[in-house]
Amino acid sequence: MSQGTVRGAAVTISGVSRRYGSVTAVNDVSLDVRAGEFISLLGPSGSGKTTLLMMIAGFEIPDDGTIAIGGRDMTRVDPNHRNLGMVFQKYALFPHMSVAENIAFPLQMRKVGKADIAARVADALAKVQLAGYGGRQITQLSGGQQQRVALARATVFNPPVILMDEPLGALDKKLREHMQIEIKQLQRQLGATVIYVTHDQQEALTMSDRVAVMNHGVIEQLSAPRDLYDEPQSIFVADFVGDTNLLTGTVHAVENGIVALDLPGGERVFGRPAGRTREAIAPGGSAVLSIRPEKVRPGAGPGSIAVRGGELIYAGSDISIVGQTRDGRPFKFRAGPADAAGDATVSWTAGDALVFAASGDMPGAGR
Amino acid sequence: MSATGASIGTRASWLLVTPLIVVLVFAFFWPIANLLSRSFFNPDFSLDKYETLWSQQLYWRVFGRSIWISVACCVICLVVGYPVAYAMARLTGWRGLVVAACVLVPLWTSVLVRSYSWIFLLQRNGVVNSVLQDLGFIGRPLQMLYTEGAVLVAMTHVLLPFMILPIFSTLRGIPPELSLAARNLGAGRAMTFWKVTLPLSLPGVSTGVLFVFILALGFYITPAMVGGPKTLMIGTVIAQQVTELLDWRFAGALSTVLLVLTLLVAVVFQRALAVERLSGHAS
Ligand SMILES: Nc1ncnc2c1ncn2[C@@H]1O[C@H](COP(=O)(O)OP(=O)(O)OP(=O)(O)O)[C@@H](O)[C@H]1O
Ligand SMILES: [Mg+2]
Repeated sequence: MSQGTVRGAAVTISGVSRRYGSVTAVNDVSLDVRAGEFISLLGPSGSGKTTLLMMIAGFEIPDDGTIAIGGRDMTRVDPNHRNLGMVFQKYALFPHMSVAENIAFPLQMRKVGKADIAARVADALAKVQLAGYGGRQITQLSGGQQQRVALARATVFNPPVILMDEPLGALDKKLREHMQIEIKQLQRQLGATVIYVTHDQQEALTMSDRVAVMNHGVIEQLSAPRDLYDEPQSIFVADFVGDTNLLTGTVHAVENGIVALDLPGGERVFGRPAGRTREAIAPGGSAVLSIRPEKVRPGAGPGSIAVRGGELIYAGSDISIVGQTRDGRPFKFRAGPADAAGDATVSWTAGDALVFAASGDMPGAGR
Repeated sequence: MSATGASIGTRASWLLVTPLIVVLVFAFFWPIANLLSRSFFNPDFSLDKYETLWSQQLYWRVFGRSIWISVACCVICLVVGYPVAYAMARLTGWRGLVVAACVLVPLWTSVLVRSYSWIFLLQRNGVVNSVLQDLGFIGRPLQMLYTEGAVLVAMTHVLLPFMILPIFSTLRGIPPELSLAARNLGAGRAMTFWKVTLPLSLPGVSTGVLFVFILALGFYITPAMVGGPKTLMIGTVIAQQVTELLDWRFAGALSTVLLVLTLLVAVVFQRALAVERLSGHAS
């Protein structure tokens, strides 16, 4: 373990599955995490994020597949021989040890000399802005401070890979946003690879180099944050990442890269084919159109729809209107300064709306 | 408003505990105080019974034996009980239930019944002797009943749950992710136990040790039944004074010494625990 110039290690997950009885928590997942990359596992509750992380950490053994870290097969190696840093949701600090003793623990396990330990603990504390807190008891710290101690403990031995399972889940919004920046800075300093579990999409989008969206034990999509938002590959991702309106209808025609979709209310809307199964979009088939609220503008035009009973929703800086489409689906769009609650007609540019074949949304279909 | 509410609440709760206090005073503190104080009056203040106690080797030996049997009992209970508590805390589903039942069922059985069952096992023509003879390990039956060994085994059996349950409950209270964190940070299984699980279970250990030691020190039924005249313990001697010799004053003197010993142990333990908390634990 060299000091100072630590490089992150690549993590290669190949065809990994884990089943609990009849539940398949992780289903044939493959993922190449590059050395030094910050990657997030994002997904709803029960999608298998923690299970995948536990297999990387060595607390769960995959039923199938292999996990390699830094090119070495680690699938069955004991957790204490993997040299990974890990931050738990509830911090998991040792309550019978002081702050300094907690941070010294991984160094003691690695038989680092006493003087060296003291220096490195002080250094780690300084890195998380807790210089001078070494003598404190864990219970004397606030939640945010405990989280920093957990970070210091997980990084003091310069692990090439750091795993984090919803590390900020217990903090309030303000502190969470602050810690996001701190974690990001710490990672840059250390150069370590980070695999970060969260179900907060904002967190995943702001912190990550790439985001793996998980659902029902599979990775639905692995993309850079920008692509995830602009080019979702499935209805699930379009819906899960950011706000969107989903309109289900029957395909009328596909011409010049534009799909015309007939809604149950009798309106015809337009969008461009998207997703892995875009070839399956054909006249007569059923499809789902996704349009982001901020791409919708008031006023009639080709493909406009009526939105009834709109109500203003204030969310700080921006104001939205939420009403209902003719067939009773909720529909949301950004309100301009002049817009008022009530009925409205709205439209959008066909290129801004994405149309997915309805069958393409079956959980776990294709990868 | 809140002040009145609180004072009514306080008064109401005093009302609720009054029957208990009355029962305790009349059925517990008063007779005990009576017994203990008798040892000091003859009918004027006198320490004659304490002089007897002090001067006779027999009682020194009885107290010494009581203490060493209690200590041994504690050690055996700890050594046997800790792994059982650990297994109970770890096992889930039916396995955990089976272990828990093995610990609790004896607790629900009368001490008398359990002591009789040891007589049945250990006597001259008892189960253990017969089996050993049939297997050819011994020629003649061994003297097992009425020995210190028998007392120790039977007492351990009776007191074991008092060690297991507090340890189990502290082990259960340790968040499982602490062990995961230790493993992740480079500790093997044994090191994780030594550095994390064991220290965090110490409060349960001291509660269990205190329980078992204090209970063992004054134990009566079991030593009286499976022990003989050569293995007299203090509880048995006190009972003899009362029921056979009708010497209430001497029984009171013995009881006073026992009580002082017990309180001493409790206080020393409390201190040791407090010191340990201060040095190692959160204040
Ligand atoms: N030890 C276990 N025994 C049985 N089932 C389990 C176990 N661990 C996880 N599961 C199941 O596996 C699935 C995935 O769980 P996992 O904890 O990985 O989800 P997650 O994405 O981390 O969810 P969350 O966001 O709620 O933490 C769930 O259906 C869960 O019930
Ligand atoms: Mg989880």
